[in-house]
Amino acid sequence: MNESEIKELERAIEEITDIAEQFGLDFFPMRYEICPADIIYTFGAYGMPTRFSHWSFGKAFHKMKMQYDLGLSKIYELVINSNPCYAFLLEGNTLIQNKLIVAHVLAHSDFFKNNVRFSNTNRKMMDSMSATAERISAYEYEYGSEKVEQFIDAVLAIQEHVDPSLFRTRRTTSSKKSSTSSNTQRRSEKRPRHEYEDLWELDPDYKREIPEEPKKEPFPPKPEKDIVLFIQEHSPKLEDWQRDIMSMLRDEMLYFWPQIETKIMNEGWASYWHIRIMRELDLTPNEAIEFSKLNASVVQPSRYTLNPYYLGLKIFEDIEKRWGREKIFEVREFDSDISFLRNYLTKQLVEELDLYVYQKQGNQWKIVEKEWEKVRDQLVYARVNGGYPYIVIEDADYNENGELYLKHRYESIELDLKYVEKTLPYVQQLWGRKVHLETVVENKKVLFSYDGEKHYRKFL
Amino acid sequence: MRDRSFIVSKEDWSLHRKGYHDQTRHKEKVKEAVKKNLPDLLTDESIIMSDGRKVVKVPIRSLDEYRFRYNFNKSKHVGQGDGKSKVGDVIGQEPTPGAGKGSGAGDMPGEDYYEAEIDLEDLETMLFEDLELPRLKPKQKDQMKVRSIEFNDIRKTGIMSNIDKKRTILQNLRRNALAGKPGIYGISPDDLRFKTWEEKEQPHSNAVVIAMMDTSGSMGHFEKYVARSFFFWMTRFLRQKYENVEIVFIAHHTEAKIVTEEQFFNKGESGGTICSSAYRKAIELIHDRYPPAYYNIYPFHFSDGDNLTSDNERCVKLIHELLSLSNIFGYGEVNQYNRSSTLMSAYRHIRDPRFRYTIIREKGEVYKALKTFFSPEEAEVSP
Repeated sequence: MNESEIKELERAIEEITDIAEQFGLDFFPMRYEICPADIIYTFGAYGMPTRFSHWSFGKAFHKMKMQYDLGLSKIYELVINSNPCYAFLLEGNTLIQNKLIVAHVLAHSDFFKNNVRFSNTNRKMMDSMSATAERISAYEYEYGSEKVEQFIDAVLAIQEHVDPSLFRTRRTTSSKKSSTSSNTQRRSEKRPRHEYEDLWELDPDYKREIPEEPKKEPFPPKPEKDIVLFIQEHSPKLEDWQRDIMSMLRDEMLYFWPQIETKIMNEGWASYWHIRIMRELDLTPNEAIEFSKLNASVVQPSRYTLNPYYLGLKIFEDIEKRWGREKIFEVREFDSDISFLRNYLTKQLVEELDLYVYQKQGNQWKIVEKEWEKVRDQLVYARVNGGYPYIVIEDADYNENGELYLKHRYESIELDLKYVEKTLPYVQQLWGRKVHLETVVENKKVLFSYDGEKHYRKFL
Repeated sequence: MRDRSFIVSKEDWSLHRKGYHDQTRHKEKVKEAVKKNLPDLLTDESIIMSDGRKVVKVPIRSLDEYRFRYNFNKSKHVGQGDGKSKVGDVIGQEPTPGAGKGSGAGDMPGEDYYEAEIDLEDLETMLFEDLELPRLKPKQKDQMKVRSIEFNDIRKTGIMSNIDKKRTILQNLRRNALAGKPGIYGISPDDLRFKTWEEKEQPHSNAVVIAMMDTSGSMGHFEKYVARSFFFWMTRFLRQKYENVEIVFIAHHTEAKIVTEEQFFNKGESGGTICSSAYRKAIELIHDRYPPAYYNIYPFHFSDGDNLTSDNERCVKLIHELLSLSNIFGYGEVNQYNRSSTLMSAYRHIRDPRFRYTIIREKGEVYKALKTFFSPEEAEVSP
């Protein structure tokens, strides 16, 4: 892109920014960066330009880049939740493509800034991730890259198991046990208290707990959803650098989590606005055709998955039709995909979009349900906990032997058992002692265990 | 004019190589995984049926990023139709097992295994690292050695017909670049590079594999596949050691005959089994076409062990005769269900360092079989 083309793009962005503001979009200051394809695909694979090095990103990069080289898929842009907001544009985009993309990313930026799920996200994450990457590479230097890589492999295997709830009080690591504490010590030690737990003591009806002798107290006191944090704080075998890496990777997951939870809304919102904004521009007939083509390819439906752009767009349009434009701004502020679908996906929309539930029967994938409420509920189920199985730590002193007991909160969808057996060793590697996972297979409770050498499987 | 709230920039990204760097690490991991998965890969259909292709694609399972996830095949999913979908419509089909490859691949959602491309030669190198021809009774040495020529060095002088063009040009490039004017021009005698050779004495260079297999009714698809995989690798292994490797196929049930490879692996016959018929045929063949003085002879027999009991003693006798003519004799019993076979119990008593046997219960054990047959002798065995 030469100087005059950049000037032209700047003029277009200026105009689009004005229109977006007039529509009431409220976004961060923008930084547009024009990059070659392999850079865009690197960012796409890593989720962030400054992220740490790991072979799994290399694998993703290779796959994406190959699809690009073969002309199978193309990323036109990438936008980062940050303030200022970074948007990366693919070098070689035409001016009209860039116009659409700018309109699209402005709406994303508005969404990042205003949706409540993003309210706790670190807007300087680019810098934090860069610091993380540096720290990890320093650890590689100190402890050997293979050792660090093996550790990161294990952490990544459980990285989704964090507690992303908005109102969770931030726990400190002050309750960290010394890694040599024996089990008896651990049990008698004071367990981490809730930050406001002392308020209870002001209640006249509150009964002070009389410390009774060796009654086994559950540990953790309540089932713990944040497996990463718990292991980071309580694993008896981790070294400080390992706890540091866990805490950094957990921060990254918490940063990405709102994007997982609002995929349909966020893409729908951006598509809704790029269409509205483009309508305000004076396009030549050629540009108008190119825009329609591009727009059509973005919102194309698919047999096997839902196109989040299309579904989100349709729902927003429907909300606007029924309640007016102000309402969509409210929805973009307070909802996430689950409530968005549950509240606003209507019978009419399910039918109009021809949505269905399908399932494997024998060796065929068949449509099994078209009733709108079932379809809606299925969409909602699939998004519970970001689409990941909900697993909690039930007992960190199982068998009174410091073993870790995980429980899958089974809700009619079975786990991939091969993956269970391949993932447990990672948990064991992090915890240092035998680990167990309870789940349900064919309506029976099953306990999978791994002790560092062998797998065990038994019915409960 | 109000302050602009945006900046457009274009930086030089050419030093940003992270994606490629981690991709390289991933490739290394694939190679490690291949090595770890050798026993499984060995019998992968895409290799055994590769028909001379040099690069094959094989599924590598250990490079998945494992995590707790739902069973895709047991879950319900939501999709979108073209407006006319109805309950009962089939929107996808999984290829039925055994129906062959290529049909409808990529049509299905889910299954995300990693396909690695492997150079067969690389695979061979890894695989054969551990294999060795067993140390055998030396034969008449002089007769058995051949001289072979190996181009394995580069020198500045040599005869023109052996000039190494690529290296010569590289040298020229290098010299010109050093002089400050890169390019290929003005090749001087100084640039010339020649290939030179060494004469190597190689032990005798003809080998014949006598592949014998039970094709009676009791040998099913699995048994034949295992045998096929084994012969595939064994032939390749021997080709690295000998200049010429022939392979002859003898199929037998109650009687034996020499057949083509095609017939050997695909034709099934019914009826009982008399293994001695194959051994007799092999001995006949050796006397007719493959004198032991000129050939290294490798008879291998695959069976499910379901031999006619009265024939077992004869088999043992014939094996001794075959052993006197061969380098080694291998017997592989393909026995999925781990039954004890009468043939095996007869063979267990054969005491000869050149006689080796193994039992294969699953595909992954083909590698074990190769290692059993082609490992150096463990201990000195007195003749």
